[in-house]
Amino acid sequence: MDKNEILLEVKDLKMHFPIYGGLLKRQVAKVYAVDGVNLTIKKGETVGLVGESGCGKSTLGRAILRLYKPTAGEVIFNNKKITHLSPSALRPIRRNLQVIFQDPYDCLNSRHTVGRIIEEPLEIHGIGTPAKRKVKVMELLEKVGLQPSAYDRYPHEFSGGQRQRIGIARAIALEPQLIICDEPVSALDVSIQSQVMNLMMDLQQEMGLAYIFIAHDLAVVRHISDRVAVMYLGRIVEFTDADSIYENPMHPYTKALISAIPEPDPTLKKDRIILHGDVPSPIDPPSGCTFHTRCPFATDKCKSEVPELKNYPRPNGDQQLVSCHYAGEL
Amino acid sequence: MPLIQIKNLSTTFDINATTRVTAVDQVNFEVKRGKTLGIVGESGSGKSVTSLSIMRLLPKPMGQSSGEIIFEGQNILDLPAKNMLKIRGNKIAMIFQEPMTALNPVHTIGAQIMETYLLHNPRMSKSEAFEKSVEMLEKVGIPAPEQRIHEYPHQLSGGMRQRVVIAIALSCEPDVLIADEPTTALDVTIQAQILELMKELQRKNGMSIIFITHDLGVVAEMCDDVVVMYAGRVVEKASCASLFAKPRHPYTYALLDSIPRLENKRKTKLHTIEGMVPALADMPEGCRFGPRSTFEHNEESYKTRPELREIAPSHFVEWCDCCQKGLKSRLEAQGENYEVATNG
Repeated sequence: MDKNEILLEVKDLKMHFPIYGGLLKRQVAKVYAVDGVNLTIKKGETVGLVGESGCGKSTLGRAILRLYKPTAGEVIFNNKKITHLSPSALRPIRRNLQVIFQDPYDCLNSRHTVGRIIEEPLEIHGIGTPAKRKVKVMELLEKVGLQPSAYDRYPHEFSGGQRQRIGIARAIALEPQLIICDEPVSALDVSIQSQVMNLMMDLQQEMGLAYIFIAHDLAVVRHISDRVAVMYLGRIVEFTDADSIYENPMHPYTKALISAIPEPDPTLKKDRIILHGDVPSPIDPPSGCTFHTRCPFATDKCKSEVPELKNYPRPNGDQQLVSCHYAGEL
Repeated sequence: MPLIQIKNLSTTFDINATTRVTAVDQVNFEVKRGKTLGIVGESGSGKSVTSLSIMRLLPKPMGQSSGEIIFEGQNILDLPAKNMLKIRGNKIAMIFQEPMTALNPVHTIGAQIMETYLLHNPRMSKSEAFEKSVEMLEKVGIPAPEQRIHEYPHQLSGGMRQRVVIAIALSCEPDVLIADEPTTALDVTIQAQILELMKELQRKNGMSIIFITHDLGVVAEMCDDVVVMYAGRVVEKASCASLFAKPRHPYTYALLDSIPRLENKRKTKLHTIEGMVPALADMPEGCRFGPRSTFEHNEESYKTRPELREIAPSHFVEWCDCCQKGLKSRLEAQGENYEVATNG
């Protein structure tokens, strides 16, 4: 792997949230939301992040964006450590690091016109004159497939899919290198979902963007991603290219997730692995392999020893990282 | 003999003194005993309003239904509100999408399950209702039900809450269960658990399910028959197998086409349906999918309402000549076979 290609490197990132309680409001426990994640993202690639709710995928995204201050570990963006930068030092970096949120109803200021919403990042970074910025906003509107008349309208006048387009226009306004997309299509109907995904893939080709695509719909993630990381209780349990993760999943959790996808074909009868129970609480994660409480193959070893994320190379030499004591044997 | 029959159901809402919109427009379908009927469509297609009309839970006085809903030989739209109380929750029960808002946050889940028993069985004692509630919680797979019954909704996870909602809905062993997007808010693994549970309970109780969803994968998994709704109308109605094998309304076809599938090549362009469902206030009388279908439509097709035509045994399609012509040429261009019994 060419070192220059790497855009973002996450090294052993931890994000623990303290819980305060008792009379003196002392710290009584910790939520282990992200617990030691390693990840690299190359320029122009899409890395999918999947897992159940509560597995820490959104927290990881926000910690990379430095919306949270990580507890431990490092985030290296463009060969620069950004983990401990001050807010003012972060600002120039944020030009290249943008975000799209899940809920297109919540993430747009309802009192601002669409024009102002998209212009704001340009204004904050002091780009161009007001007249030039307006031209730029008009270009952006066209790029994401909205009418020029949208400029003077308010978010409530738009449907969910159109609002997501506004969010995308705002995110690409500064021509960033990486966009963290936190469930960008989960709230949309399938027909609208495919429109937004096509737009995101087009923009990626045109602008050379890299995406971290967070979602719980595995079919969506596979379609848009080059590589996919599966998370469980704050850790990555499997990480490989998008085709292998579906054709040859090695971690029992990945297998269960894939078998749970309902396929739009009534003639297909799948052998489904039904996982029992819920994801355990990240306040008190299980010992050893955190998946052992729900894993159909768990042994005593799983209860006591934490499995490492090890490489099981694919026949073509690509990496397939799996964290399971029995990977390859199941 | 179907268990419940919906005939010419229309539901209108008075938005203000002068404007009335039709959210559900002359819908016909029936549910067989012990079977599952799926209703699919995008947001705004009228699926949820249909279910609320059946339950007679429309906001009064703006919402009004006409037509017939035949259940046990009577039209439940004509029943006095008092008699409806005996049916609602007892014979026809409902599961809502969002289990947090469907449950009352200030009552324990036990109190909420017992309420249904006590309301519909006036002679049942409280201790008996309590025992039955524990039993019901156990049936829907909640561990340690004797303890859980004293807990409040916020103490449970999303999947557990949905199980409680299902327990309440099934407590009186209803004949019909209406499930309005019961798994949309849940993770795939939990969704798989809940779907499995619903199938199992259906096998045991022999109830009929009306399953409302926008997820065609869930439909393929759960349903025997499917109704596809678009802009308040039924555009296609068939058995699940027939619908997925030969979708013959361009909307159904486009819907199936736009799902990203695991067997597709990655990063290729997905098929889309351009535009949006037309606004309720200016619905055309004729073909409503026309503007989004990308097929050429003449003036005439927007004026007269297309009829529902039987193109194969028990497979009905809202027949618009322009849509069918377009679909035919598209299918033939792809080397697929287009065949329908046009005289139906």
